[in-house]
Amino acid sequence: MYAQALDQPEGHRECASADGAALEARFLSRVASEQKVEPKDWMPERYRRTLIRQISQHAHSEIVGMLPEGNWITRAPSLKRKAILMAKVQDEGGHGAYLYAAAETLGAAREDLIEQLLSGAAKYSSIFNYPTPTWADVGAIGWLVDGAAIMNQIPLCRCSYGPYARAMVRICKEESFHQRQGFEIMLTLARGTPEQRRMAQEALNRWWWPSLMMFGPGDADSKHTADSVRWKIKRFTNDELRQKFVDFTVPQAQFLGLKVPDPELRLDEASGHYRFGAIDWAEFNEVLRGNGPCNRERLAARREAHESGRWVREAAAAYAEKQRARTSAAAA
Amino acid sequence: MSEALPAQAQMTAGGAIGASSLAPDADRAKYVLRLADTSLIVAQQLGAWIGQAPALEEDLGLANIALDLLGQGRLLLAYAGELEGRGRDEDALAFLREPSEFVNVSLAEQPNGDFADTVMRQLLLDAWQIELFEALERSRDERLGQIAAKAVKETRYHLRYSGGWVVRLGDGTAESHERTQQALQRLWPYTAELFDADPLEEALAAAGIGPHPAALAAGWRARLQEVLAEATLILPPPASFRWYGKRGEHNEHLGHLLAEMQILQRTYPGAKW
Repeated sequence: MYAQALDQPEGHRECASADGAALEARFLSRVASEQKVEPKDWMPERYRRTLIRQISQHAHSEIVGMLPEGNWITRAPSLKRKAILMAKVQDEGGHGAYLYAAAETLGAAREDLIEQLLSGAAKYSSIFNYPTPTWADVGAIGWLVDGAAIMNQIPLCRCSYGPYARAMVRICKEESFHQRQGFEIMLTLARGTPEQRRMAQEALNRWWWPSLMMFGPGDADSKHTADSVRWKIKRFTNDELRQKFVDFTVPQAQFLGLKVPDPELRLDEASGHYRFGAIDWAEFNEVLRGNGPCNRERLAARREAHESGRWVREAAAAYAEKQRARTSAAAA
Repeated sequence: MSEALPAQAQMTAGGAIGASSLAPDADRAKYVLRLADTSLIVAQQLGAWIGQAPALEEDLGLANIALDLLGQGRLLLAYAGELEGRGRDEDALAFLREPSEFVNVSLAEQPNGDFADTVMRQLLLDAWQIELFEALERSRDERLGQIAAKAVKETRYHLRYSGGWVVRLGDGTAESHERTQQALQRLWPYTAELFDADPLEEALAAAGIGPHPAALAAGWRARLQEVLAEATLILPPPASFRWYGKRGEHNEHLGHLLAEMQILQRTYPGAKW
């Protein structure tokens, strides 16, 4: 309810006046001193728009991200794995729900945001446009994709916007659980039969580079970084986070006895960092443009669920309307 | 099915403790397997909705129910495996049995269809499982009683969900009303099995392990009618043909469902996951 009650766009309107400059100065000094911005507070329009874009993209990513793993719920290889996977995909849906709620505190409506996803106008994390042909892909997603997501998201727990920061605290706890479960699937496969080891290696081959791309373009090419850093939405650059992820993940791959698919990967003894080969940004841009391996399938699946569910949502609305009419008739 | 004799006549050396003096382990294993399979098969079906539901809240709600049912299925399968005494664990029972060895009630294996089919199937099963688990809480088999005590709390929530949706769909739009009435009509023939006792159920009822199926009918009908009245739906007439999934007599859907569920265990025999 917090979401709808605070949907008052006029309060957020940019002021070109001297008052506006004073408000903006006060806003920046609050942010600089690490105070949280709350929905009722004045905020620059660009800050609000940046947050709506980022939070809704994040929500869409959770929702689309249910699909590649959901692909294996009915085929999970043991009942325990099935239960864990169902709970995981459910968690992702839950993350989507509270992220949409966080976006609503900024004056966006969930229906509009979902419409933007379905029309293809809004972006979601391009990683989910890759397929999960084997069970090992479920492990690789947990290990690598959730691992990369955590690197990206832990700093967001300290983001200047209160509702987003608080949502991220809960999300990060769950993501870290997912990451461990994914690693555990990989470990079981890596210690399993030759076919299972091959499955694990092939999944690592498929997911390694797309996971590095999850951190976004290199700092030199990133459009949004400067403002976001100043507003304390973003605290590390894309390249910093990517390096952190590589440093964290390569030893895990070694522990699994799997080979990271990068011939140029080596440990730089002096800095303690792993140096990795060039990322294929042409591939990244193609996937972003909608030409990845599964872009069409993912959006088609979301549209299909939305369209087939339309009569159900209409029925729920009609029933609620009848109930309201009955209640007021009874009161009259 | 007909090998189940009155409990006293079948006392074996196998069962040393507690309820095993009340009915042979083999009979209880078969009975518990029926309960397990029903929960497992419905969980498997609901799992297919996650990510495809009409709204995000329904993805979450159906996932909750699926997780509860899967949890029940696992506890019951593990217990059935122990009673059976052939070293089969929950996964061996779930993934390495043939369709004809599954003994879920036929209602459980009816396809998901549209959302009306799914919530109607759920309502019919929930109302029955509440009655069943409430009765099993008083089972002389303590372990079964404990599992039922946990399951009945979950099932009350499931019924609120399925009943809530059947009311909204039944009393929603003309289209949703029609779809929901059709779903009830399609599923109705599979409800007779829930209350038709066979010799195994007769024997376990006599031994105080499980309820007599017919004794659950009145409570089930009352729960159902309460929801259907509010949903403005009408009960179909009794069906002439009856299915008995609990005896391993299945329609065509279960084979497909199991082929999908069992694929990795069947493709890579002996692998650990």
